[in-house]
Amino acid sequence: MAIAREAEPVGSLKEVREAGLDREDLLGVYRNMLMSRGIEERGHILYRQGKIPGSFYTGRGNEGAAVGVATAMGTDDVGTPLHRDMGVHIVRGVEPWRIFAQFMGRVDGPTKGRDGNVHMADSKLGLIAMVSHLPAMLPVAVGCALAFRIREEKRVAVGWFGEGASARGDTHEAMTLAGVRKLPMVFVCDNNQWAYSTPTHLEFATDHVADRAEAYGFEGIVVDGTDVLAVYREAKRAIEKARAGGGPTLIECVTLRMEGHAVHDDAFYVPKELFEKWAEADPIERFRTWLRTNADMSDEEEDEIAGEVKKTLNDALKRAEESPLPDPSTLTEGVYATPEDLDTPHHK
Amino acid sequence: MAELTYLQAISDGLRTEMRRDKRVFVIGEDVGVYGGAFKVTLGFQEEFGPWRVLDAPLAETAIVGACTGAAIMGLRPVAEMQFADFISCAWDQLVTVAAKQRYRAGTPVPITVRLPSGGGFSGGPFHSQNPESSFAHIPGLKCVCPATPEDAKGLLISAIEDPNPVLYFEHKHLYRRIKGEVPEERYTVPLGKARTHREGDDVSVITWGAMVYTAEEAAQQLETDGVSVEIIDLRTVMPWDKAAVLESARKTSKVLVLHEDTRTGGFGAEIAATVAEEAFEDLDAPVKRITAPDTPVPFSPPLEKAFIPQVDDVTAGLRELAEY
Ligand SMILES: Cc1ncc(C[n+]2csc(CCOP(=O)(O)OP(=O)(O)O)c2C)c(N)n1
Ligand SMILES: [Mg+2]
Repeated sequence: MAIAREAEPVGSLKEVREAGLDREDLLGVYRNMLMSRGIEERGHILYRQGKIPGSFYTGRGNEGAAVGVATAMGTDDVGTPLHRDMGVHIVRGVEPWRIFAQFMGRVDGPTKGRDGNVHMADSKLGLIAMVSHLPAMLPVAVGCALAFRIREEKRVAVGWFGEGASARGDTHEAMTLAGVRKLPMVFVCDNNQWAYSTPTHLEFATDHVADRAEAYGFEGIVVDGTDVLAVYREAKRAIEKARAGGGPTLIECVTLRMEGHAVHDDAFYVPKELFEKWAEADPIERFRTWLRTNADMSDEEEDEIAGEVKKTLNDALKRAEESPLPDPSTLTEGVYATPEDLDTPHHK
Repeated sequence: MAELTYLQAISDGLRTEMRRDKRVFVIGEDVGVYGGAFKVTLGFQEEFGPWRVLDAPLAETAIVGACTGAAIMGLRPVAEMQFADFISCAWDQLVTVAAKQRYRAGTPVPITVRLPSGGGFSGGPFHSQNPESSFAHIPGLKCVCPATPEDAKGLLISAIEDPNPVLYFEHKHLYRRIKGEVPEERYTVPLGKARTHREGDDVSVITWGAMVYTAEEAAQQLETDGVSVEIIDLRTVMPWDKAAVLESARKTSKVLVLHEDTRTGGFGAEIAATVAEEAFEDLDAPVKRITAPDTPVPFSPPLEKAFIPQVDDVTAGLRELAEY
C-alpha cells in the first residue's frame, strides 16, 4: 500500500510563477538542462576517443530531476549530488570546462586529477564531493543540516541517493537522525528504476521508496522526475518547510535511467518497451514543449539558448584539453590538511 | 596544577576546548543526560546545552557521517563511540569519506572521534579491542593514544584543533587507575612527538597507551638486576615519532616493541620494520615484539590475562634482549 503523496503535474505558467519562477528563470532552467545533457554527451564522445581514463557515467533522463531540485535551493543551502546529478553542478555554477578537465584527469578539474567522473564538487558553491560508496553522503548531508540547526541558521541541506542505495543502512541512519532531530534536510531519491542491473522490486518491498518517510517521522512525496517543474515545486516546498523548522522531507523522483549503468553497459536487461515508453517522456523535450505552449518560447529564443550552450561546450572542451595532466611529483601532497586549509569561509 | 585521573583529564580537555571555542560540540550515545557510558561528559549538557551535547540515536554511521558534514560546514565536532569496538560500524564514514576528502576534493574534515579502547576488565571480544593499527594504515587519518593524564588533556585539545580526522584512543583501563598532575590552563601536546617515559641505556621499549605502565613495572624489576631500560611512549601512532624511536634504538642498540593490540599487522610491525630498515647497523640484537596473540579478546579472566601482555612477559623479553 502506497503511503507517500503522489505529486500532481505542473500546469500553467501562473502556477509556476506562484512557485517562484518567472519567465527568465524558466528559460534558465531549460538552458541548464541542455547544458547538463550536453556535457554528458560530449563526455561520452571524449570517452570513445580514449580521452577519459577509467569509466564514465551519465544521468540521461535525470536532467529534470537534478535541475529541478537544484533550482529550488537557496544560495546558502548545501548539497551532496551524485553520479546522475550533473544538473546540480550546472545550476550551482560549476564551469563546464572544469568538469571536462575533471573527466580527463587534468589539474584544472575540481579534484585536480585525484578523482574521476562526477566525483567532484566546488565547496564554494555549497556542494560536497561524493564518494563511490552509496549512499555514504547522506549522513554527511545530515551533518550539514545539524550544523545549521546548532548555529540556528536558516539554511537547508539536500542529500541525494539512488533507489538501489536506499537498501543500505546509511539511508536508514541518516533519516533516523534527521527525523528525531527535525533537521533542515531534504532527501532526494533519484529512482531511475535500476541499480546497475537490479530492478526496484529486488531493492525495496514497498510501493515507493518515499513510503518509508512516514516511518522516520516526516513526509514522503513521489514525483514524476521527468517533469522539471513538478520536481521544482515539490523541492521548493520541502526546502522552505525545512528552512522554517518543519523538519525533513523525502522526495522520490521517478525516471528511467536512459542509458546503461556506465558506458560499458548496454542495459540489455532493461525491456526495450520500457525505453520506448520513457523516451516519450524525455525531460528536456517535455519541458521544451511546455515552454512553447505555456510560455511562448519562440524559435529565436530556442536557437539562442541552444547556440549559447553549444558555444560554451565547444570553448569548454578546448580549454579543458589545454589543461595539463597532474605532475607525478605532487602525488603525496595534501593527504593531510594544514591549518591554512581551514581558512575558508565555512571554517571561519 | 591539580591531580586528576586520566578520565578527569579527558573531561577537562574537552571542557576547556568547548569553553574556548563555540564551534566544538559533542555527539554520541548517552553523552547528554547520562554523561556518557564512562561519564567523560558528565555535567556537560547542563553547561553547554542540548545542542552542543547531543544524545545520538544508536547509529555510528550517522554519528561520524554527521560530524563530517558539520565539520565541512565549519563546526568542530567531537564524536564519542561508546566503545572503540563500535567504530567498525562507522568504518566507511571515516575511511571512505573523512580520510580521503582532503586529498581528493581539497576539503578538510576536522573531526575528533573519541574511542574508549583496550581490555583488562573482562569486557570480552566486543568491548576490549585496540583497533589503532587499522586506522593508522589509512592515509588521511591520525591516531592518538595517550598514556598519562597530562597528555590525555593536551593531546585531546590538539586533536580537536587539528584540521584532520583524528581518532583519539583513550584506554579504559587507565580511566580511574592512573592519576597525575595536570595543568589547569589550556595547553596542547603536539601530535607526532613521542615522550621519553623513562631514560635508560641497555634496552629500548617502544610502546603506548596502557602498556607504558606494564613496561614501567618491568623496567623497575630489571633495574634491580642492573639492566637499564628506556621507555619511549609514542603518544600518537599516526603520525609517529620515527626520529625519537630511531634515536633511542641507536642509543641502546636493542629494541622491544610492545603493544596490547594483536600481533599480525599490529602497529609494532611497522615500527620493527622501520628500525630494521633504518637502524640495522646500530642494533646488537634482533628487534623483538611483545603483543597480544592473534585471537579475539577473550572474556574469562585467566584467558584475558593470557591475552594481554603482562609484566612478566615484558621482563622475560627484556632479559632476553639484555643477555643477547
Ligand atoms: C556501497 C556500494 N556498493 C556497490 C557499489 C557499486 N555500484 C555503483 S552504482 C550501483 C548501482 C546504484 O544504484 P542506485 O542507487 O539506484 O543509483 P543509480 O546508479 O541507479 O543512479 C552500484 C551497485 C557502490 N557504488 N557502493
Ligand atoms: Mg537507480
